[in-house]
Amino acid sequence: MTEHTVKSYDEELAHLTNIIARMGGMAEAQFAAALQALGRRDSDLAARVVAGDARVDELEQEIQSFTVRLLALRQPVASDLRHIVAALKISSELERIADYAANVAKRTLVLNQLPAVKPVSAVLHLARIVQEILKDILDAYIERDVEKAIRVWNRDEEVDDMYTGLFRELITYMMEDPRTITACTHLMFMAKNIERIGDHATNIAETLHFLVVGTPLKGARPKGNTVEAE
Amino acid sequence: MAHSSAAVAANPSAQADRRLAKVSARDVNVYYGEKHALKHVELDIRANEVTALIGPSGCGKSTFLRCINRMNDLIEIARVAGSLTLDGDDIYDRKVDVVQLRARVGMVFQKPNPFPKSIYDNVAYGPRIHGMAKDQTELDEIVMTSLEKAGLLAEVKDRLDEPGTGLSGGQQQRLCIARAIAVSPEVILMDEPCSALDPIATAKVEELIDELRENFTIVIVTHSMQQAARVSQRTAFFHLGELVEVGDTEQIFTNPQHPLTQGYITGRFG
Amino acid sequence: MTEMVEQTSAPAAEAVASRLKRRYAAERRFQFRGMAAIAIALGFLALLLVSIVSKGMTAFTQTQIQVEVTFDAGILGVAPGADKEALAAGDYLGLAKAALWARFPDVTGRVERRQMAALLSPSAGDSLREMVQADPSLIGATRKVWLPAADSVDMTNKGFLPRDPKVEGARLNEAQLAWMGTLETGNVLSKRFNWKFITSGDSRDPTQAGVWGAVVGSFYSVLVTLLLSFPLGVATAVYLEEFAPKNRWTDLIEVNINNLAAVPSIVFGLLGLAVFLAVFGLPRSAPMVGGLVLTLMTLPTIIIAARAALKAVPPSIREAALGMGSSKLQMVTDHVLPLALPGILTGTILGMARALGESAPLLMIGMVAFIVDIPGGPMDPATVLPVQVYLWADSSERAFVEKTSAAIIVLLLFLAAMNLAAILLRKKFERRW
Repeated sequence: MTEHTVKSYDEELAHLTNIIARMGGMAEAQFAAALQALGRRDSDLAARVVAGDARVDELEQEIQSFTVRLLALRQPVASDLRHIVAALKISSELERIADYAANVAKRTLVLNQLPAVKPVSAVLHLARIVQEILKDILDAYIERDVEKAIRVWNRDEEVDDMYTGLFRELITYMMEDPRTITACTHLMFMAKNIERIGDHATNIAETLHFLVVGTPLKGARPKGNTVEAE
Repeated sequence: MAHSSAAVAANPSAQADRRLAKVSARDVNVYYGEKHALKHVELDIRANEVTALIGPSGCGKSTFLRCINRMNDLIEIARVAGSLTLDGDDIYDRKVDVVQLRARVGMVFQKPNPFPKSIYDNVAYGPRIHGMAKDQTELDEIVMTSLEKAGLLAEVKDRLDEPGTGLSGGQQQRLCIARAIAVSPEVILMDEPCSALDPIATAKVEELIDELRENFTIVIVTHSMQQAARVSQRTAFFHLGELVEVGDTEQIFTNPQHPLTQGYITGRFG
Repeated sequence: MTEMVEQTSAPAAEAVASRLKRRYAAERRFQFRGMAAIAIALGFLALLLVSIVSKGMTAFTQTQIQVEVTFDAGILGVAPGADKEALAAGDYLGLAKAALWARFPDVTGRVERRQMAALLSPSAGDSLREMVQADPSLIGATRKVWLPAADSVDMTNKGFLPRDPKVEGARLNEAQLAWMGTLETGNVLSKRFNWKFITSGDSRDPTQAGVWGAVVGSFYSVLVTLLLSFPLGVATAVYLEEFAPKNRWTDLIEVNINNLAAVPSIVFGLLGLAVFLAVFGLPRSAPMVGGLVLTLMTLPTIIIAARAALKAVPPSIREAALGMGSSKLQMVTDHVLPLALPGILTGTILGMARALGESAPLLMIGMVAFIVDIPGGPMDPATVLPVQVYLWADSSERAFVEKTSAAIIVLLLFLAAMNLAAILLRKKFERRW
């Protein structure tokens, strides 16, 4: 697409994309660090992750005031409007993702006080899928790649299925050895948080579709959350 | 009413700011015969910024604009009271040469009004009468530079001899801008410069204004608040001859302090 | 609801249709009337032109007689090798008469010879004089020369005077008519182009009378008028329109100028007589004075037209110029005047056309005198074309009738040339804005 006649407008829109990318990178980094802390039982790293959440919140504030400014001063329409509104929504999703990452780190701190339990690896396995999804959707945003976004959107079912499996596994584990109930409960919450990160990534995919195509992603989101229905 | 405008618009460090301001208005009142058109206006225009004056029809924004280059002198029944300074010098001082003032403060009008001369002569007219070029080469240079700064050179460089009136509306307005900047003014006043132009021409002029503010101070009167939002750094809202609120454009359009301002820009009246 | 609408729509539509028809009919009637008016005006114009041209065309030809002239030094009365003055003083008319008598050798009687000589114009010798002055070696030589006939011959030949000597008004007797006939059959008497009409000044003798003196006089008068009234008129209009304060005095001046435009022109003549001639003692009958009087008369026209033209210049141009820092005078001279020039020139054309055609004021300042010489400059006594027309129209001689109409034709041509020049000038200055 050709540039705006008023060049400062283009500069501002590029700046917006950049901050989102930066925020996405930060959320990714926070998540990766939290998982690393969990896997290695590293409490220092976990503490740093918890402290680092504040920076992500600041970025969200910055994006919010910048988008309000853009809306007031530029009166955007069409694709520009969708871009700006999408940025607002995506920043909020990224902020939640970072929050969940911080929550995982918080629970890691508690978990490290308890003896190690086996299902941690299963949780990490789930987390890696979600990490892939998160990376994919952030790449898709930078590239404005709708195909990728739709693939991400479809993987939510996979995440939900994995979570259901993990849930059963943890229940089984707890029933076998009641001494692990505390640790496994924490793990269950962490798994939930990680699954929610996957949901937010899917939300970002829907928003990206709206940004590029202009219409919402049709159809019910593929849900594999049969465990909640039970 | 006067109280509230003073309370909202006045800046506690007004005296200090006055030194930094390019154009400074203190208690400016304008009368058209019996009619009190502008009341107690206090406003600072900062250098190298675009200041937009907005407000409903008849609110006095154009009147204020025309005080800055003393175009109101042309109206017999107009009377200006108060203090208006440019770089600290009183504009309405008796010793001030109006012709010189208008070389320092240029103006672009609502309806593009190029002279019925060639494009070259249009731009060269100002430098000629002010004796700014020693010879033809210097004059050529001034004309070329001005046309380029106005973003018009590429479109007209092989038809400089054609009449200025033969250009399209947007090109004519940019020609008027080139003409105004050819005399190297310090301040450029624009009275609704885009109201007669189509959206593309408007966008080109707005981009031009963005580029010009690096070297000039610009005051623009506009009926379109959206244009004021896009183009300016400071916005002043006039209503019924009074300055109601002035502030940074972002603040005015996201969180105006005065209910009248809020009402006007959201389209709830006027 | 729908029923009501249908019921009222039918008669309503009819009413609309009939109103429409009436409007179209009114338009057609208006157009017809307009065209009829134009046709009538053109018809009268054509009538005028046809009557003038038909009466005046004949003045451009003159009956001339071809004779063989022997430049006999004896008849001339000059000695061979005489100087210029002596040459000029010779009896060239005698040469002409001798040449004519040579055609009719059997006419010997004194009375008859005098009657035959009366067939020649009194100015017949002039062209012979010019020939000898140009080439003195002609003395003794013989040449065939066309000489102008007398006005009686000219008028009879053109059919304005009766050929029958018995009819009232005939000026030639039988013998003269017979000689005329012989010359005609011999193809030595015919109508040839009358250069004298265009090149010489007024004269008592119709065959020598020309319009050139009046043309030059008109030219100088109009020139003086133009040179004085155009700058004064334009400057006044500029002052009144751009610089004068809008108060009672200016209004008073305006009212007076508008009234002056309607004053009868003869009043200006009286003024000229009283002031220019009596007080300033300028030469009577000079185009200078005529020009001054005509200036007074033309000024209001030019001022009013110039003011209208100045008012028509859009204020946006003035604002733009002032906004650039030009002074008021620069704004007027660089921008307003060039744009107003077409309108000003139109007013000037009107003014000059009126000045060219005025006779009453010029009569008062004495330009009605009988001037023979061509004026050399604006200070020499002269007459103008309209006055010349008046003088000739007043004359009783038959020959001057055709000359009057011919002079009118010359006046119209002069006017057309002037207007053409002004229109070309105006086109040059016309600009789009």
